Amino acid sequence: MAKYLLLKHYRGAPAPVNDVPMEQWKPEEFSAHVQYMRDFAARLEGTGEFVDSQALSPEGTFVRYDGEGRPPVTDGPFAETKDLIAGWMVIDVETYERALELAGELSAAPGAGSKPIHEWLEIRPFLTSTPTTTE
Amino acid sequence: MDESLLRTLTPSVIGILVRRGANFAAAEDAVQDALIEAVRVWPDDPPQDPKGWLVTVAWRKFLDAARADTSRRNREVLVESQRMPDLGEVVDDTLQLYFLCAHPSLTPASAVALTLRAVGGLTTRQIAQAYLVPEATMAQRISRAKRTISGVRFNQPGHVATVLRVLYLVFNEGYSGDVDLAAEAIRLTRQLAARTNHEEVAGLLALMLLHHARRPARTGPDGRLVPLAEQDRSLWNTRLIAEGVDVLQTALTHGGLGEFQAQAAIAALHADARTVTETDWAQIVEWYDELVRLTGSPVARLNRAVAVGEAHGPRAGLAALAELDPSLPRHAAVAAYLYERDGDPVTAARLYAEAARSASNLAERDHLMRQAARLNAQLRS
Repeated sequence: MAKYLLLKHYRGAPAPVNDVPMEQWKPEEFSAHVQYMRDFAARLEGTGEFVDSQALSPEGTFVRYDGEGRPPVTDGPFAETKDLIAGWMVIDVETYERALELAGELSAAPGAGSKPIHEWLEIRPFLTSTPTTTE
Repeated sequence: MDESLLRTLTPSVIGILVRRGANFAAAEDAVQDALIEAVRVWPDDPPQDPKGWLVTVAWRKFLDAARADTSRRNREVLVESQRMPDLGEVVDDTLQLYFLCAHPSLTPASAVALTLRAVGGLTTRQIAQAYLVPEATMAQRISRAKRTISGVRFNQPGHVATVLRVLYLVFNEGYSGDVDLAAEAIRLTRQLAARTNHEEVAGLLALMLLHHARRPARTGPDGRLVPLAEQDRSLWNTRLIAEGVDVLQTALTHGGLGEFQAQAAIAALHADARTVTETDWAQIVEWYDELVRLTGSPVARLNRAVAVGEAHGPRAGLAALAELDPSLPRHAAVAAYLYERDGDPVTAARLYAEAARSASNLAERDHLMRQAARLNAQLRS
């Protein structure tokens, strides 16, 4: 099994096909979307492929060390052009193909007009720990 | 197996070990080990005297650990002959444990974890699951907390206020794992209320009971948040409401008004209304005034603005809101609600969307986004 991170972006990903802000959806379209995401996670739990899923607030700040005895330097809120992650799902699957398949399904979540959003998701393989046997 | 019995016995067994001469940290570890053994052994071989069994096993665990410790450090400690240091007149070990675990020197997260383990009898694994952190992390948090209070004498009088703060935190965590923290907080507060005459303990217990009573109505079948006004009130638990009101009324007759009693009074007024239109908003505003006077809390002021909007119209609510800092959490959500009631759906929709983006939890974000979507759909048609 191999773990993959499916990343969802507030900003930084190419525009989805069905690009309508959420507050402009019909309430029932919004509910259908939420239900789709819940069902998707529940189904992956059922197949033993779900690891974790979290949503992030759109607020974010860059921080770095600024030397001994000085408070850290912050930069942000991010400029409009910078990448902004909205949330993630971690899955544990047999193959890369399976990870792609699941990311595709997640991207098909319904949005405005009850049509799939076709949202671009970023898929990132985890680096694994060193196996016990290397031969 | 009766796990709740096991959990109820935990604090008194710790108390007995401490009286026999174990320090708190070692006693707490030993009892935790005994609990784990009980979970393993009791189902096949239930003891005649559960408490006696726990004391015997925990004491043996304590001696084993102390001996291992002693031989490791190669110094002689006469554990067997240790006698309790004079604890003076202290009466109630369980009450002392509440104070110790909520000691002001502890951070809130540490006090919560330690209380759930030593007073609540939960295992480290259960606490870790409830707070969604790895078990090793929670184990470290607990042992650091125990080190922090290692110098505190077991019989030192504590502050009820800090204990209440901890129990309130546990209650608000709700339930995310297989442990229902809200129910656990109620159990612990009930146990505390039975041991003190403090009005605010009763106030907190009443508050918890009244909120817990509404839980079945608070989320829809699809997990969505159902606001108070839209809740199916037939789902409210009338037994819990009756108990909560009863506990509150007794506390209020004693004097010594505090914030938990004021909050419970507001919850009781909501519980009293069979439909949302029967709500006595004028009295609710009065209790919010009291709450603001007692705490000065901006959150109380924000909720007061909502109540004012219901009692005296949305304009009055918006005027009350105008006096508050717009950066307060949920400020935009309250403003959106009041603007909609004031007949301004355009502003309301914009503010609901803004509130959704700054919401701090998922259920609330979804709820606010759904409100924005509802108004925008209305505006289009």
